[in-house]
Amino acid sequence: MELAVFILASAMILGGAIGVITRSNPVHAALSLVLTLFGVAVIFVSQEAHFLAAVQVIVYAGAIVVLFLFVIMLLGVDRTEDISIEPITAQRPLAAIVGVGVSGIVIAAIVTSRKALNAAGEGIDKNTVDAADANIRQLARSIFGTNVFAFEVTSVLLLVAVVGTVLMARRVKLHEVGK
Amino acid sequence: MLIAIAPTSTWYLILAAILFGIGTLGVMVRRNPLVMFMCIELMLNAVNLTFVTLATAMTNINGQVAVFFVMVVAAAEVVVGLGIIVSIMRRRTSATADDLSALKG
Repeated sequence: MELAVFILASAMILGGAIGVITRSNPVHAALSLVLTLFGVAVIFVSQEAHFLAAVQVIVYAGAIVVLFLFVIMLLGVDRTEDISIEPITAQRPLAAIVGVGVSGIVIAAIVTSRKALNAAGEGIDKNTVDAADANIRQLARSIFGTNVFAFEVTSVLLLVAVVGTVLMARRVKLHEVGK
Repeated sequence: MLIAIAPTSTWYLILAAILFGIGTLGVMVRRNPLVMFMCIELMLNAVNLTFVTLATAMTNINGQVAVFFVMVVAAAEVVVGLGIIVSIMRRRTSATADDLSALKG
């Protein structure tokens, strides 16, 4: 059962990711991104991270992708981009080498260190987590207890991001320029 | 017989590594700044997947807390990045990163 979930979610994630980088139309790429994000949410559920799965769907698939689509429509860049030409000579083969190399190095590190990982623990103890809200309770205790300062700093970060974006995207009127 | 095999943490980590590689490839290959942003989101999600997998494997909730903060920072990053793209596109009509090689208005 867990294997079937893993295979289906992996197919969603990898299919969506390949769609993002191969679709020439940005709208299609954004919709492929939704597929990947939902696949990641499925894996979060199968890894007992229920709260993060909900946040993943609401924030990523809901807010962020809608923001992407909104900007695509606003700017009118939803034309199909010609991706058959290569802007820099031999860019794609080199990029492929780097991409495969990054994946390969990380996979090699994972495979060589898997013994240490398996020795460290055999997953979250199902008996303690079985209460439906245990994950959320643990997370809340950590965020609002141990990491409450970091949590408060993120609120400042979000405020700065909002103010900065408003300032950047504002249209400067001509009679205000001199002031 | 196939049902009996349960995926271990290593499988999830390898999936995350492949996703990260695809994101890296996309940032380097694509020339549309919006699609490059989407590829950065792919890489962030790969790292989130790693965090959650290791939080489960190590029986430690702090991995999931890290993912929570990554999501907040990713939201802020997307807002600022898209704001920059919008203000660039107001001045120029083209939508490729190659045309934005000079740092002047």
